[in-house]
Amino acid sequence: MIEMKLISKRFGKINPLSIDEYIKFDGYKNLKKALSMEKTEIIEEVQKAYLRGRGGAGFPAAIKMMGLAKEANKDKYIICNADEGEPGNFKDRYLMENDPHQIIEGMIIVAYATGGTKGFIYVRGEYQKSMSLLKWSIDEAKKKGFLGQKIMGSKFNFDIEVRSGAGSYVCGEEFALIESIEGNPGRTRVKPPFPTQVGLYGKPTLINNVETFSTIPTIIEMGGVNFAKIGTPSSTGTKLISLSGNVKNKGVFEIPFGVPIKDVIYKLGGGIEKDRKIKMVQLGGACGPIIPEYMLDMIIDFERFEEFESKTGAGAIIVIDERFDIFTILLKVVRFFQHESCGKCTPCREGHIQLGNLIEKFIERKATMQDIASLESLARVIHQASLCGLGQTSPTAIISSLKYFRDDYIDRVEHPERG
Amino acid sequence: MKMINLTINNVKVSVEQNTSILKAAKKFSMNIPTLCYYEDLNIKSDCRICVVEVEGKKGLVSACSTPVSEGMVINTNSPRVLNARKTIVELILSNHDTNCTTCVKNMRCELQNLAKNLGINENRFPSVFEKCEIDESNPSIIRNPNLCIKCGRCVDVCNNVQGTSVLSILGRGHETRVTAVFDEALSDDFCTFCGQCASVCPVGAIREKDDTDLVWKALTDPTKHVIVQVAPAVRVSLGEEVGQKIGTIVTGKMVSAMKILGFDQVFDTDFTADLTIIEEGNELIHRVTNGGVLPMMTSCCPGWINYAETRYPDILDHISSCKSPQQMFGALAKSYYPKKAGLDPKDVFVVSVMPCTAKKYEAQREEMRVDENSPDIDVVLTTRELGKMIKQMGIDFENLDEKPFDSPFGITTGAAAIFGATGGVMEAAIRTVYEVVNKKPLESLDFKELRGLKGIKEAEINLGGTNVKVAVAHTLSKAKILCDQVRAGTSPYAFIEIMTCPGGCIGGGGQPYGTNNKVRQDRIDSTYRLDASMKLRKSHENPEVIALYEDFLKEPLGKLSHHLLHTHYHDRNHKAKN
Repeated sequence: MIEMKLISKRFGKINPLSIDEYIKFDGYKNLKKALSMEKTEIIEEVQKAYLRGRGGAGFPAAIKMMGLAKEANKDKYIICNADEGEPGNFKDRYLMENDPHQIIEGMIIVAYATGGTKGFIYVRGEYQKSMSLLKWSIDEAKKKGFLGQKIMGSKFNFDIEVRSGAGSYVCGEEFALIESIEGNPGRTRVKPPFPTQVGLYGKPTLINNVETFSTIPTIIEMGGVNFAKIGTPSSTGTKLISLSGNVKNKGVFEIPFGVPIKDVIYKLGGGIEKDRKIKMVQLGGACGPIIPEYMLDMIIDFERFEEFESKTGAGAIIVIDERFDIFTILLKVVRFFQHESCGKCTPCREGHIQLGNLIEKFIERKATMQDIASLESLARVIHQASLCGLGQTSPTAIISSLKYFRDDYIDRVEHPERG
Repeated sequence: MKMINLTINNVKVSVEQNTSILKAAKKFSMNIPTLCYYEDLNIKSDCRICVVEVEGKKGLVSACSTPVSEGMVINTNSPRVLNARKTIVELILSNHDTNCTTCVKNMRCELQNLAKNLGINENRFPSVFEKCEIDESNPSIIRNPNLCIKCGRCVDVCNNVQGTSVLSILGRGHETRVTAVFDEALSDDFCTFCGQCASVCPVGAIREKDDTDLVWKALTDPTKHVIVQVAPAVRVSLGEEVGQKIGTIVTGKMVSAMKILGFDQVFDTDFTADLTIIEEGNELIHRVTNGGVLPMMTSCCPGWINYAETRYPDILDHISSCKSPQQMFGALAKSYYPKKAGLDPKDVFVVSVMPCTAKKYEAQREEMRVDENSPDIDVVLTTRELGKMIKQMGIDFENLDEKPFDSPFGITTGAAAIFGATGGVMEAAIRTVYEVVNKKPLESLDFKELRGLKGIKEAEINLGGTNVKVAVAHTLSKAKILCDQVRAGTSPYAFIEIMTCPGGCIGGGGQPYGTNNKVRQDRIDSTYRLDASMKLRKSHENPEVIALYEDFLKEPLGKLSHHLLHTHYHDRNHKAKN
């Protein structure tokens, strides 16, 4: 079996509303263990585990922890980014709805190790169920003494609050998220300074994805070295994959890094509905690359995905079969980003509408070779010159399609009559 | 200071730690183009024009916001960088009203200039521009969203310099727009009309309401006797509008130019600045000796009055009841002047040239009327509008003769000249109040601690044996600090000067474009040079002011003074109450 259930081991096995069932199934024992460890020791374990952020960018979690730990400030914030807005991703919702305490436990451990004083879970506005579950679970954890003053008899105090945005995609970007918690419109800030230096309310802040925090208790349990043995050298541990599109079994699957994409689609997803041919697969979500069927042997791995120059690490696999036209898909992607751009920087604000208009020319078979060049140039400028992760990754679908589906473009230019 | 070694365009350089790439390059004569960046403002890295290539980084980084680091290798002009910059400008132009020739900023627009320098000869992107309504609802400032490029400078100055938070960015993506609060028109419910937004706008999206046509019409109307007054801060800035060096003092040529434009009499607002000092100084002495409301706060700045009436209606009794010099002039111009000159007040048309956009609003206030049917000041022009008229007329400013102001509002003092700089009104008031109260001359007329660009300045003076503290604030965010003290009853001062604009009137919202702290300092220096060069430097020694009291007003704070030279304020905090 290619699945490996480390952080999804309790999915369906416990009642997520019951803290007692969580405790019975190894819950909060890793917090207890962590509280008996030196703070630096915990960070060292995360470093040995080589845990990389599960939100998409794959930034080493231990470096962020060290960054926060070295800041001397009486207030230091820990934020769990649960603004899962990337189309095609739903694994954070699974984590919140099936095992909320695992996230809370992970946050408490990170806070303890780094000197965090207050936690926030920023939940996507549409995830009402996740929000109420988390609020319920935080209350339960407080009653049991896992949150609040003198946690588990230690000198450590920490509390968590659930916050939500109003449905803007860009609030998943760390500084836009921080602005949103502060009550401002979700628009990013200039870096540097980074959040661990000047973050929420101007205080040092560590932001991690839901899955990253969920992985922390497992690392404490098995130790960093053992954790790092799972997966590949550049990508350790397991990854939750959100599999969707034209596959038979859609859903969330936990696999060790290094599994070929094809195996996820065929072995876990059961292949394509009505055994149709795959036209393309989009990795990571709307901001990820679109690749052809012949590339599906590639393994799921941060290093391997680097060639796409994008944040593919969130783990979405969207399978699109032969009935669909690539330009229709690209237009949907571009119009999505046109709507979701925060409007702060020029390339992203003004660029997407032009990208969309260019793609429409290909749909209408009115495009020229010059349009291919313009599309490529504009997509690259948005990718390279935008201020935040949104504009830096939104053109990935177009850039990858120009690489792997160039014949489709040329066909549209050379055969206007086929429309 | 630690030095950082780096390479810019193959040149090895060394700069101080924390220097931005932009400033580092500039030090070595490499100007990286910018658009949203503005010296002295916080706004950075939004337009992305200043992107450069840094070796080892996949994306491009904005030079204005990225500090240099050891061993950095920067290329400011690679093909990738140039293409990005061109693309960004093309994108802006694709969503912009590009009727440049009819734009107020034609030939002085930062976007136009950028497009020219980058060699944009065609736009690869079709226009997606959709026309929106222009906001012309107030007498001071016009907002034309069709020209807005969403650079954020105006929002930054409104929020962070003034702390007024009237302008904000609403919407997202392609629908992003700069607008006034609640998407409403710019109205006196919120806006102080300081015009700092117009002053920093790189394009023509925010500008003063252009009233030059009204003036041309009056000047060509044979039934009108058209007089003009010029504010103290205009003579040290107008030169910039007509090709002179920053800070050039152009008083005499300015008077000549206005005579050529056709004004019947050219008067000096400095005269009523002196008059203000007499009235306001006596008001202060009256408040101090009769247990009146203290601290007293100055009243010459209309932006500040708008701010107080909307944000601090509970402290209005602290504000001097003196009208501003502009309005004191207006009241005299429609009463004393026609009487003296043998004219029907209805035929006298009064124009002001001010460094200010809020003055346009002030002139339209109902309290500012000797005759309730018409305003005392008929038209207010900004420094920029006067510059425009001089250019429209084709006047060769450089080669003009210097002419003096006309009488009876022409003789002025150094005390009035410094009204244009932050701290100037306070210094002028002290020069008079000290001598009136202590009945002996001041040893030194220069109050250096009240000069310069520091946000809040303090001084202590001895009045009749007691030391009293005074304070000066410029920008409304700094004014807020002093107002909060007054509101809380903890203000340690007897007298407070407040000016809305950074640097005072020399940095006013109607002043020539490109004003930054360096420019402000140059204008301030010229202002004090002017003061130092004058024979009379104290308002109470102005012989024409003395004559005005003898002939007409009789005494400071007298019955006629109250009628003509004093006013009252209103609680305008409606919106907040609702």
